[in-house]
Amino acid sequence: MTAAADNQDVIWVEEPEIGFWEATFLPAIVEGLKTTIRHVTNYQPVTQQYPEEKPILPLHYRGVHRLNRDEQGRVKCVACMLCATACPANCIDILAAAAPPQWPDRDKYPASFVLDELRCIYCGMCEEACPVDAIELTHIYDLTGTSRNELMYDREKLLDVFDQTKDDPRDPTRTRRGRLGPAAEFGSLPTVAPATPITPGDRSAQAPAPGVIHPHKPSDWSRKPS
Amino acid sequence: MADLITTLLTIAVAVGAILTTVAYLILLERKLSAWMQDRRGPNRVGPFGVFQPLADGLKFLIKEDVIPARADKVMFLAAPCIGLLTTLLAFAVVPFGPVNDQPAYLRFIIAPHVDIGIVFIFAVTSLAVYGVILGGWASNNKYSALGSLRASAQVISYEIPLGMSVLGVALLGGTLNLENVVAAQAQGGFWQWYIWTQPLAALIFFTSALAEANRLPFDLSECEQELVGGYHTEYSAMKFALFFLGEYTHVITMSFLTVILFFGGWHFPWIATPGSAYVGAWLVKVLVLLSKVFSVIVFIMLIRWTIPRFRFDQLMNLSWKALIPLSLANMIAVMTVRQFGWNRWWLLPISIGLFCFVGIIGVSAKRAEIRHRHGASQGAGLHPLGGAGI
Repeated sequence: MTAAADNQDVIWVEEPEIGFWEATFLPAIVEGLKTTIRHVTNYQPVTQQYPEEKPILPLHYRGVHRLNRDEQGRVKCVACMLCATACPANCIDILAAAAPPQWPDRDKYPASFVLDELRCIYCGMCEEACPVDAIELTHIYDLTGTSRNELMYDREKLLDVFDQTKDDPRDPTRTRRGRLGPAAEFGSLPTVAPATPITPGDRSAQAPAPGVIHPHKPSDWSRKPS
Repeated sequence: MADLITTLLTIAVAVGAILTTVAYLILLERKLSAWMQDRRGPNRVGPFGVFQPLADGLKFLIKEDVIPARADKVMFLAAPCIGLLTTLLAFAVVPFGPVNDQPAYLRFIIAPHVDIGIVFIFAVTSLAVYGVILGGWASNNKYSALGSLRASAQVISYEIPLGMSVLGVALLGGTLNLENVVAAQAQGGFWQWYIWTQPLAALIFFTSALAEANRLPFDLSECEQELVGGYHTEYSAMKFALFFLGEYTHVITMSFLTVILFFGGWHFPWIATPGSAYVGAWLVKVLVLLSKVFSVIVFIMLIRWTIPRFRFDQLMNLSWKALIPLSLANMIAVMTVRQFGWNRWWLLPISIGLFCFVGIIGVSAKRAEIRHRHGASQGAGLHPLGGAGI
């Protein structure tokens, strides 16, 4: 063999010797027929009958947005514009207004919050950007409408989506704190758990948790989370 | 006059039956394909999709009939008509029941007593390639033209083994009349079926028939991966449907021929013999024939998803280097046996021997090719398998 063949990185495969039966094609055809007939007689379709039978989506599925409500039923959003800034598709349009005096825990609230579901690319960056866990993506995927205007979701529609989905076990409210406000505390908050259960082998599980900013010890970044 | 009316009625019934059968065979094929691939197949129109053919037919009828701007209009329109016409015409001499004991006012063959039946069928079905070539050429589309060129080369190559494999049967029975071919097999009983004395011819015939009907694994003239749609790329609506009908009718005709020539036609031991005289025997015979044909069609559909498509040079090699010499040798064997009056059972070992002989030649040719490649490439300082593929 030549020098190239001695290289252990390359595995040369010899063409198998062709025998009498291979040359006649017949055994291969019989084998193939057995396979096709087995699939007909032992029929186990994998097709999902979609409109009748809905798929079970993974928990991290990113569908239609919702605006969460707090314990008092108010919109959680504080109109900080972080989601609109983070949005790569520029589909969020927020008009901020001064919060009513009876809402002492915040300065602003969204007087209008319009999200264009047709422009949205469902990347989930708004959800990651939100400091008060007000905007979240639900598992609703079959979004239809008869006009473009119908799919411009305003604040009330987005709150409606929250009311529809808050009790769904597949759409838990992913906030851990239940109260509004201290976005400035984020450096000391516990790591945000991913929405889906992930196995330790996943690369995402081994990376430093996304979205968490460590203000003091940048050297920790290289350490794997225990 | 009565004869004319009977003939016209037979034609009407036969054509109607064929077209309906084709529609439902397409459904069956789609279902079978789906089952083989663990899918469900058409199941939206009616229970289990039984009205799918009707929906398809309606769709074909009301779809826009596009004729490309630069196409040759006359030929473009004529091509699908020729395609369907020729395949339907071939059915005229195919008996679809026991011709000898047909009840009054019932005919099991459109044109009875055609003594050149087999020749007629081959003459007419090979005309179907005109439809393909004209369609491909008139479309003014390079993919269509390529598809039709492939089709013409393929059909011309496979006509030869197809015809020569049948010559053995014709020689054995001493007739080209399909009615007599069936009658000869039925008289002799189960062991007189020509599959026993002509197994090689049956294999060659079936293979060539698949190629003639442009069925997988020989559907090179319309392979989607290479040629968009092949010769019918530019066809839509009812014109496409005509091509499709023609193709399926071809499959049906070829299945009928396979059964009639090699599997005893309507004959089946104990149930349907020439001696069976019970009431409704003719119906049983028709059913026996039809179920045999149905099995062949299902087998063709199974083959479709079992064997991958040939490459074009492989297709040509198979015909010119294997099937044609084999069918020639088979024909010479039959002639020898007939001439010297040997027992016709000699043909069985001869057929098997021929088949094995070709297999051995194939093996040694392949080994020689590999050996040759080894030596040549080592001289060039390359790895033996680094060069071109097989």
